[in-house]
This record gives sequence, C-alpha cells and structure tokens, in this order.
Amino acid sequence: MASEAHSEGSGLVFHPMDQFIVKPLFGDGPIEWYTITNVTLWMALSVVAIIALLVVGTARRAIVPSRSQSIGELAYGFVYKMVEDVAGKDAVGYFPYIMTLFMFIVCANFLGLLPMSFTTTSHIAVTAVMAMAVFLAVTILGFVKHGMSFLSLFWISSAPLVLRPILALIEVISYFVRPVSHSIRLAGNMMAGHAVIKVFAAFAGIAVIAPLSVIAITAIYALEVLVSFIQAYVFAILTCVYLKDALHPHH
Amino acid sequence: MEGDIVQMGAYIGAGLACTGMGGAAVGVGHVVGNFLSGALRNPSAAAGQTATMFIGIAFAEALGIFSFLVALLLMFAV
Repeated sequence: MASEAHSEGSGLVFHPMDQFIVKPLFGDGPIEWYTITNVTLWMALSVVAIIALLVVGTARRAIVPSRSQSIGELAYGFVYKMVEDVAGKDAVGYFPYIMTLFMFIVCANFLGLLPMSFTTTSHIAVTAVMAMAVFLAVTILGFVKHGMSFLSLFWISSAPLVLRPILALIEVISYFVRPVSHSIRLAGNMMAGHAVIKVFAAFAGIAVIAPLSVIAITAIYALEVLVSFIQAYVFAILTCVYLKDALHPHH
Repeated sequence: MEGDIVQMGAYIGAGLACTGMGGAAVGVGHVVGNFLSGALRNPSAAAGQTATMFIGIAFAEALGIFSFLVALLLMFAV
C-alpha cells in the first residue's frame, strides 16, 4: 500500500505507512515463516524487556525495593487487582495468563514508541493471534466448566419471553464478533497513532509550519504514550470480562 | 471503465465509513461525560468504577472499529 507515494523531491518525503512494512533483518530475500524479520526482533526485545523488569529487576528481593522492583511490584499488583475486581475471586487462577498478555502488550507498545522502532502490535496478524487465543480459551473453558449450560449465556432469563429469541440472536452475534473487535481495537489504535505522528513529521519538512508541526508531534507523542498503556489495559480488562462470562454464564 | 466505477465506489464507500468514527466519538464522550458527572457527585465511589468506565469505552469504541473494518474491506478486499 505504500509503494506509489515515494515521490521524487528531497528532504523528508516518506509515506506514513512505511513504518509498518515487515522486512527481513538480514539481506532481502523472500519472507518465509523462519525468516528473522524486524517483527521477530522487536517481539524478542519486548520479551527481553519483560524479563529485565520482572525477573532481573526483582531478583534481589529487597525489603526496601529498588526502582525496578517497585515498578515490577506495581505492575503485578495492578493486574492482580484488576483480575480480582473484574473477573471475580475464583478467576485468580487465570491471573498468570492475563499478566502475560498485559506485560507483553505494554512492552511491545512502549518499545514501538521509540524512534526508528517497529510496533509489533500494530499488525492485525499479531493481535488476532492473541485475541483468538483468548476467545478459544474462554469458550473451551466455559464448556468444560459448565457443559451445555454454558449456552445459557445467550438465553437471558431476566428478559420477557417474547424478546428472548431476538436477544439470543444478538448475543450470539456479539459473542462471535468479540475476537474481531478485540484484535482490531489494539492494532487499529496503534497503527492510527503512529501514522498520525508520521503525517505530522512529514509536515516538518516545510519550513514555515515546522515549529508548529514539532509541537504537534510532541503533543501527539504524549497522547500515544497514554494510548499505549490504555490499550494494553483495555485488552487485559476485556479478557477479564470474557473470562467472567465463561466462569459465570448465568445472568 | 466498469472496474474504474466499481473502484471509485469502493473508495467513496471507504471514505463514508469514516463517519462511523464520529459516532464512536459521540459514544465514548457520552460514556466518559456521564462517568465524570456521576463521579463528581460521589467521588468516594468513583475509584471503584473506573474499570467499568473502560469496559464501557471499549464497547462503544468497538462499533467505531467496525466502520474501520468496513473501510479496510472496501479498500483491500472488494
């Protein structure tokens, strides 16, 4: 989608979508499933960042925590409280999965904000795998825990009898649309935000509006830091909501 | 010629799908505005409800995302 916009002209001319192109890291052959690309690199870096924060940072276990240990403890407590509040006390057993999702998305989003980096979560392929995993896990969990009575999730017994079939249809549709909205929300937010930054960066090539453009980039960058965190939070909290539906399907 | 008209229609449709963005904006603003007006009346209960607010935002935003999906489908799939 980005090939036609490389216009002649000097200076800062680039397409805002260029930053999302998946390239091989070494050489430029065709991309096979085993090719090490920039996606692989930045995913590995976000895993390294998580290990640095949660394993290395808390290794000393001081009573007066160091800076990295407090951040690790803060993240742990934050996600733990979220699981407990939203999904209920009996969902605490699934906390490690939600913590993993949250930390991975947060680290990938924040690393994507570094200049010249690559935002792995801006690709629907990446987020769709995570959302499908959540969807399948939650559906299987619901059937394992409740058997066929899990389907009462779609049959709202508090509604009038006439409305129930219609509501059941709507509920079924909204259930199967979950992985779509779950994945595209994250990818769309990341992609749109980074593309907006690049669009304003392209304006910086024009001398008259360059100062304005730099101020705008700064402001949007600050907004993007906020959005990066909030989207990871929303992804995790929606996972909790779906989990709660699987554990307690009866309205 | 006919293909050009079809493509023009797809592009116009993709542009029109952007109006869904405004709807999502209204929805999200409504959720947060009502949360704030409730929270300012009873600030002690507000802290426990921020998670609910974010869930509401996410559901309101999901419908804006579907318009984005329609635009993407029109641009690259149709």
